[in-house]
Formats: sequence, C-alpha cells, structure tokens
Amino acid sequence: MFDLNYMPLIGILVVVVGFALKFNPLLVVTAAGLATGIAVDMDFIALIETFGEKFMNSRQLASFLLILPVIAILERYGLQQRAKTWIANIKGATTTRILSMYFVVRECSAALGLLSLAGQAQTVRPLLAPMVLGAATNTHGDLPKPIKDLISAHAAACDNIAVFFGEDIFIAFGAVLLMDAFLKENGIAGIEPLHIGLWAIPTAIAALIVHLFRLARFEAKIRNLIAEHKSQQTKNAEGALS
Amino acid sequence: MSAPVNENTVNSTAIISIENIYLLIGFVVMFLVVKTLQDKQHPQKYTTALFWFLFGNVFLFGDLSIKLIGESLTYQWVGFSVIAIALLAGFGKVSMGSYHQPSAEQLESDAKRIGNKLFVPAVLIPVVTVVCTLLLSNLNIAEVYLFDQKHVTLASLTLACGVALIVAWRFTSGSPFQALSESRRLVDSIGWAAILPQMLAMLGGVFIVANTGTAIQDLVKLFISPDNRFMLVVLYCVGMALFTMIMGNAFAAFPVMTAGVALPFLIEGHGAAAAPLVAIGMYSGYCGTLMTPMAANFNIVPAALLDLKDKYQVIKVQIPTAIALLIINIFLMYGVIFND
Repeated sequence: MFDLNYMPLIGILVVVVGFALKFNPLLVVTAAGLATGIAVDMDFIALIETFGEKFMNSRQLASFLLILPVIAILERYGLQQRAKTWIANIKGATTTRILSMYFVVRECSAALGLLSLAGQAQTVRPLLAPMVLGAATNTHGDLPKPIKDLISAHAAACDNIAVFFGEDIFIAFGAVLLMDAFLKENGIAGIEPLHIGLWAIPTAIAALIVHLFRLARFEAKIRNLIAEHKSQQTKNAEGALS
Repeated sequence: MSAPVNENTVNSTAIISIENIYLLIGFVVMFLVVKTLQDKQHPQKYTTALFWFLFGNVFLFGDLSIKLIGESLTYQWVGFSVIAIALLAGFGKVSMGSYHQPSAEQLESDAKRIGNKLFVPAVLIPVVTVVCTLLLSNLNIAEVYLFDQKHVTLASLTLACGVALIVAWRFTSGSPFQALSESRRLVDSIGWAAILPQMLAMLGGVFIVANTGTAIQDLVKLFISPDNRFMLVVLYCVGMALFTMIMGNAFAAFPVMTAGVALPFLIEGHGAAAAPLVAIGMYSGYCGTLMTPMAANFNIVPAALLDLKDKYQVIKVQIPTAIALLIINIFLMYGVIFND
C-alpha cells in the first residue's frame, strides 16, 4: 500500500490542469499521452507507435463526416426554412411539446436498439432544432440569439439524454455486452445480458421523469426570458430618447 | 456512446468494406483540403489545409502503408502526424474560411419550390441504415458480401448516405459535388472537435500500456473504509462519473472503476448483486458523459453544428439532469444491490 506508484497518473493531472487553463483539448490530450508515456519510461518510438496504432484503429469514429454532405446540400436548398414552415402549420406545436415527444420517441427507439435512427448530425441540426425554433417563433415572435441558442442546446441535450439512458435496455448493445464480458472475465457466473438490461430500466424511467419535468417548466422559462429581453430593450430605447 | 466494434470471427470480402469506407472518408477530407486551398479569403488557409491533409492522409493511405512498409513504420508516421495535428490546432492555426451563402429570400423560395420532399433524404439516412442492418446484413453473392460483416451498421450508414445524396441530387438542383463543397462549412465549424474522440482513444491506449488503471485502484484503496457500504456506493457512482468526465467515455472508465471499487469491496466484500451494480454503475458513467467537453461527439460537435455562441451550452443544459440522475443512481444502487 505504501509503494504506490503515482507516475501513471500524471496524464490525468495533465488533462485536468490543461482543461482548467483552457488549452486546446487536442493539445491537452496529446500532452497527457506524452507525459504518461515518458513518466513510465516508455521508449519514445514505442510511444509514438502506440499513438499511431490507437489513432488508426479508432478511425470509425470519424464516419459522421459522411453524413455532412447530405445535410449541407439540403440546407443549401432551404431545409431549415422548410422545417420551420411545416411546424408553423401544426396547431398546438410548442417547443416543449415537440422536445418532449422527441425525447420519448428517441428513448423508446434506443431501448429497442434503433440507435442510428437519429443523432446530432442526422436529426438535431437539420430537423429538430429548426422545428423547435420555428415553434418558439410562432408562440413568442422573433427570438434574440441567446434564447435561440438556449432552445437549440435543449434540442441537442434531449437527443443525448434520451439515447444514453435508453440504449442500455437493449441487450445486444455494446455497453451491455461489455459489462457481461467484464463479469465473466472476473469469474462472476450466472448473469445473463438480459438481467443487466432489466436493471437499466429504473434509471431509464427516472431519466424520462426528470427530463420531462424540466421540459415542462421550459416553456415558462422561455416566456420569462423574452419578457426580460423586451423590458431591457424598452429601457434601452427610453435611455436613448432621454 | 461509441460502441466497441462487434467482433464476429467471419473473415470475408465485402463491397462496402471498412477499408473502402476509410478511403471514402479520406477522399471527402482531401476534397475539402483542395477547396480550402482555393478559398482566397481564408485567413489561415495553408495551416487549416495542412491540418485536414494530415488527418485525411491517415484514412487514404493508412491501410496501403501497412501493406507496403509494415505496421511499425506506418504507426510511427501516423503518430507523428497526430502530434502535428495537435500542435496546429493547439496554436490556433485552424479556422473557418469563407463560404457562398445564399440569401434568406433565395432559401425561402427554394424551400417553397421543393416543399416537403426536402425532408426525404434526411429521413432516408436513418431508415436505410436500419433497414440494411436488419434485413440485408447477410446479403452476399458467392461469399462476396455487400456489407463488411464486422461493421454492418457503419457499412449500412455509408450506403444510406450515398442513397440520400443521390435522392437529394434529384430533388434539389445541386450535384453531389456541390454537396461536398457545401459540407466544408459544416466540417470547418466543427473543426478540431471532429478529431478529439480519436485522440481520446489514443490516450486510453497509452493509459493501458502505462498501467494507469492499477495506479487508480491503489489510490482509491487509500480512501476507502471497507465497512461503510453507503460510502462505497457513493465512491463507485461518483468515481464512474468523474473518471468518465476525464476519459470522455464511460466504456473506458467502467473496467477501471469496477475492478478497483465494485468488484473487491462491493461484490466480494458485501455480497452485492452484480447485475444491478454494473447496470447502474455504467449509467452513473453516462451522467459524467453529459457533463464533459471530452465527450466531444455528444457535447461539443452539436454546439458547433447548431452554431451556438457558447460551445459549452449543451453541457450546461445537461448538468441538472445529469446530477439529478447521479443522485438517483446512488440511492437506487444502495437500495437494490444488498440482499441481506
């Protein structure tokens, strides 16, 4: 217990300090890798090779780049404008209602394993965000940029939270298989992926309740922010007159 | 979350193989490099182009290089490229260029002319991906498969993007080439964040080689009183969240925290039930994912995609839900894992 070797932890320290000092994350992560390798006396060339190997082997993470041309061309021909107009024609479509509906559909479909059915690049940017912005404009009139940003950020958050807390119910999903493999490797027998998936349900329901509750209060928050913004503007205008 | 690749043991040739997908990504990136160099008003066109060139190189020539000069030398030049990429981004040499943006009236009139057909290609991407994954994954003629058998979802997604691009070409008057050019605006607005997930995978690799996991376990043991069940649960859940925030991925945190805390102290020490323990433990990690810029794909890329002024705004919106769920997870875990 007293011959604890702290050297391999230096990378974590670099990440935390680098982030606190607001350096570029790519730089921070690379520095953390270099520092860790050097701290544990890795051969420098071997360290560079580890960098290269891991970078090469995780290239599938860049596949979202293939979606962007489709989204880009559709936006060039007015996709976001169309989404706004379309929502404007649906009566009773408020920001909160659209977000809540999306959340429920996304979490349920993720629980069924349909993870690639939606996503930040596929659905949030081209469809969900313009729709909720359109709905908010319908209800409240023109929106200032900070409120637009807040609404867009909520759209992105809905997608993340719904998919994260839905996906572990689906037993063929990577996370459940990873947990199952970990338990088997460590000699814990008699647990099937199904058990792990079932125990994901309580948290999934909690996520649904917590986030829908927050969304339910969001409409009022938008209204308050806009009222605040308007009174600020009136004040500024009066200030300019007098 | 980025799922670990499902390793089937099938070794087969495929038309949409993972190598071909990497080549395609490489071509797309190189096309953007050329477009960047042609952008006369770009403030940093040479360094931005170099950044993407170094990145695209790995996709275009990586596999070829392994065949020609072997793994060791290939990994070395890729490793040095990665450091150069980090330096270019780190010193602010990568930026947005200038783009031809149609006027608002133009967009409105195009949207009106094309109508709801504009949604079709966007909806086709997920639909085609799912249909291919579920129905066509084993499609083959004489053992030549359509999709890479180890990467069926990714291959399906690639095909779906191709289909959507062709349909978009038909409905709009823009060509696939124009689509690629237009995508430079989106790629540039994402910028360095596009590469962060791969960099984190790299850091995780170094941590494994350096036995960082063992060091964390030793460190954790210094702070644990093995009798206090509730504090052990708190430590495991909060530890999962914190370590996930550092690593940007709950999958990287899970083996370390579970082997360090959950397995020796909770399962072996107090006879905790393993299934709810790991399920809730992983979800505690996901709470961390919602709160960290290291999970760039989920938190930073969308902020760029949505053109938010504050690139941490998505995280800020997610924090209340994440913390509430972390607290719920702690009490839920404490309530269900002990049988006696």
